[in-house]
Amino acid sequence: MLEVQSLECVRDDRLLFSDLSFSVAEAEVLQIEGSNGSGKTSLLRILCGLRQAEAGKILWHGESISSNREDFYANMVYIGHLPCIKGDLTVMENVRSLLDTRSLTLTDAQIEVALTKVGLQTYDDVPGKALSSGQRRRILLAFVELSQAKLWVLDEPLTALDVQGVALMESMIIEHREAGGSVIFTTHHGMKLDCNMSSVQLGKKRTV
Amino acid sequence: MLKAYYHLLLRDLRLALRNRHELANPLIFFVLVVTLFPLAVTPTPDVLQAMAPGVIWVSALLAVLLSLDRLFKQDYDDGSLDQLMLSPNPLMILVLAKVSAHWLLTGLPLVIIAPLLGLFMSLPTEAVSALIYSLLLGTPVLSLVGAIGVSLTVAVNRGGVLLSLIILPLYIPILIFGANAVDVASDGLPVTGQLLFLGAVLALALSLAPLATAVALRITASR
Repeated sequence: MLEVQSLECVRDDRLLFSDLSFSVAEAEVLQIEGSNGSGKTSLLRILCGLRQAEAGKILWHGESISSNREDFYANMVYIGHLPCIKGDLTVMENVRSLLDTRSLTLTDAQIEVALTKVGLQTYDDVPGKALSSGQRRRILLAFVELSQAKLWVLDEPLTALDVQGVALMESMIIEHREAGGSVIFTTHHGMKLDCNMSSVQLGKKRTV
Repeated sequence: MLKAYYHLLLRDLRLALRNRHELANPLIFFVLVVTLFPLAVTPTPDVLQAMAPGVIWVSALLAVLLSLDRLFKQDYDDGSLDQLMLSPNPLMILVLAKVSAHWLLTGLPLVIIAPLLGLFMSLPTEAVSALIYSLLLGTPVLSLVGAIGVSLTVAVNRGGVLLSLIILPLYIPILIFGANAVDVASDGLPVTGQLLFLGAVLALALSLAPLATAVALRITASR
C-alpha cells in the first residue's frame, strides 16, 4: 500500500537517517522505533507529506504521494503531538470540524457512537478547554475511528492516556487491522498488541 | 470543495464569536485613532477634511495589520493547521475560507463604521461614499496579501516586526489609491479610475494570494 524508497532526512545539518526503505502492506502494523531525537516524528511527517525528504520517494499504491495527493489524503489519517482541539468549541463541534477537513459528513448518531467508544459519551456539549489532556487525546481517537482512512499514522498516540485509554488504543489498532487497515505508529510506552507487528529501527542504520 | 470552504468559514466565524473581546480589538483601535486625531490638531473643518482620507485609511490599514496575527496562529499552535494541510481538498480553498472569515470579522466592521468616522472628520457626502467603496474593495486585499506574510512568519516567535516589513510595501499601493479616491471625491471629481484600480488589484489578489499562501504554509510546516 505504502512504499518508502531510500529516504534521507537532514535536520539542522544533522543526518537523521539515510537510505531508509520499507513498505507497509494492507493489514500490517508497523512500529517505528528509535531513541529521542532519532527522527521518528520527522519520518512520520515526511510519510504524510507535511515535510519534504532530502532524498527518496514515497509511493502510495505505486504512485508518488504528490501526484496521487487526493486519493492518498482521503485514505490516510495522521495524528501528531499537538491536540488539534479548540478550547472554544464543544467536543461534538471539535470532532465535526476535524471531520470537515476530510469532507466527511456524518450524522450526530455516528459521532455519538465513536464518542461512547472512547469514553466521552456524556461530554458532547462540554467545551474543549474544560477537558483534561487525556480526554483531548480521546477526541482524536474518536476522529481516527471515524476518519474512514485505511492508513493510520499515529505519532505517540498513547501520550496522556490512562491505562484504559492505552487498552482502548490497542483494541482499536487490532480492530483496524482485522478490517484490512494498516497502522504506522511510534511510542515510548509499552504497547501490547496481539498481532504480528513489523518494526523499523531508526538511528542504528538497521532496517528490520 | 465548496462544502469544505463553507464548513471552515463557519468554524472560524463560530470560534471568533465565542471570543468577542478579541473580535472588537481592531475596530476599537480604528475608532480610537481616528477620534484622537482632531483632538491633537486644529479641529477646523477644512483641516480635518484635508486630513481625513489619509487618517482613516492609515488607521484601517494598521487595524487590519494588527489583527493579522490571529489568522493562522491558533491553528498553528494547536496542530489544526497540519490537519488542514492533510485535507483531500486543495489547500488554497481552505486558505480562502480562512481569509474570508478574517475579512468578515475585521475588514467588514471597519467598512461599516467608516462612514460615521468620515462624517466626524467633516467629509462631504460624495467623499463618504467613495470612502465606503474604496474600503470595500481595499480591505479584502489587505486580508489576502496579509495572509501570505502571516503564513511565512507564523512559526517565528514574535514575528510581528518581520510581518510588517514583509507586508507594508505591498500595502502601500492600496493605501495610495484608497486614500486618493476619497481625496479626489471630496474635491467633487470622479473616482472611477481609482476604484477600478482597486478592483483590479482585488481580482489579482483573490486569484494569486491564496495560492501563494498555500505554498508558504507548506514551507512553514516542513521545518
